[in-house]
Amino acid sequence: MDKKKFRQNSRRELLKLTPLLALGAFVIPGLQEKLLKRGLHFSDWMEARLFRPYHLAATFDDSEVTPLNKFPLNTYDVDDPGVIFENWSLTVTGAVQNPGDYTLAQIQTLPRVRQNTRHVCVEGWDVIGRFGGARLSDFLRLIGADPTARFITVNCADDYYESLDMATAMHPQTLLCYEMYDRPLTREHGAPLRLQMPTKIGYKQAKYLTDLKVTNVLDREGYWEDQGYSWFYGL
Amino acid sequence: MNTTAVDITQRNSNEDPPIVLARAAYEHPYIVRLCHWINTIALFVMAGSGLQIFRAFPSFRAKIPQKDLLHWPQQFAIGGWLGGGLQWHMTFLWIYIGTGLLYLAYQVFSGNYRQVLFTRRDLPGVWPMVKHYFFFAAKPPLRESYNALQKLAYTAAIMLAILSVATGFAVWKPIQFSWLAWMMGGFHYARIWHFAVMWAMLLFVFGHLVMVILHGWSNFVSMLTGWKKDPEY
Repeated sequence: MDKKKFRQNSRRELLKLTPLLALGAFVIPGLQEKLLKRGLHFSDWMEARLFRPYHLAATFDDSEVTPLNKFPLNTYDVDDPGVIFENWSLTVTGAVQNPGDYTLAQIQTLPRVRQNTRHVCVEGWDVIGRFGGARLSDFLRLIGADPTARFITVNCADDYYESLDMATAMHPQTLLCYEMYDRPLTREHGAPLRLQMPTKIGYKQAKYLTDLKVTNVLDREGYWEDQGYSWFYGL
Repeated sequence: MNTTAVDITQRNSNEDPPIVLARAAYEHPYIVRLCHWINTIALFVMAGSGLQIFRAFPSFRAKIPQKDLLHWPQQFAIGGWLGGGLQWHMTFLWIYIGTGLLYLAYQVFSGNYRQVLFTRRDLPGVWPMVKHYFFFAAKPPLRESYNALQKLAYTAAIMLAILSVATGFAVWKPIQFSWLAWMMGGFHYARIWHFAVMWAMLLFVFGHLVMVILHGWSNFVSMLTGWKKDPEY
């Protein structure tokens, strides 16, 4: 090969790598945040595709359950937002046939499920807990939720808030949890009612529920999600 | 696989025969080079952001009581905080997988995998290379672009890359990919494996960089232009 031609060819082959410079966009300050948001959004979208609605999370023997005193407490501000149990009810709104306030007694008339499942924190640790409560899917039928609606949102007594996809809400292991270790939820674990979804990461297991809404629009995603964490985060 | 070297020539006039200046071999096809450099960046980001995530809980044991394995310095992590680390990790995860799939598909369908895949026939070539690198023995003659030890290292690196994705999915999605978590001995072991595979890959990268420095400029340029000047074969 002629020297000139070789040089030309080498230069052309080198220039063909210039698309790599596009990755440099990730170090441009204004653009970085947007790109990472897009990336996380894409990842969430892929996660929803990977979710299998009827695939069950592993359940464990009683002997494998982490003792309650070794079950970590993660609250975002207070351990006890001071819910007055006598006055408590779950306010249901949105795309439902029977909106209104639901008492704990009403929720407890639904079949009770007890399951030993793994609770995984986004930090990397995990524990196996024993949880009891009503299936969220049963409750959604009770309130006549529109099954074609896309999201469930919840508000909490401590201003925490969360949202989840309908597929996860309908999952047979997704609970409106009012029991841990066969006893009523304690205040620091979210009494009187919390979410317990073995197919989701820890921060989605909202405590001290006060409101539940069935909706097609998300004004906000969740306390941690709105600070930059993944919205879907399924396990 | 044999790569044939060509002569680089210069013709001073139409009457004179061309003079041979050097020889060169086109060792790395475009897709391989492209994937190599995307992967360099992706791997850097995945390790850095992975260590950022690890910082949130630097242990492989129970949360209560927490016993930290090591305190990884923030300066050597990407993302600044756990949420940031996860954003980088979840974004580049798809770039990393996409690049890996493109690379593997290209290697298989073009037949170029024979350049890099370590097979039984390469086995006898390993020991002479080890003797050369570590015990100052003479360098065995090279007949193709990679020697036996190189093939072994690169094949291992590809296996590690596949393992890094498999262990990662077992940690990230232990329910949807419960079979992966099971293969690794459960969720806890999957997290340990994912960590170990990262260190194994970083060890490969270190060795790779040492070799690149030792083998000089022409060898380095070959991963940019594809052409290696004055190959040994």
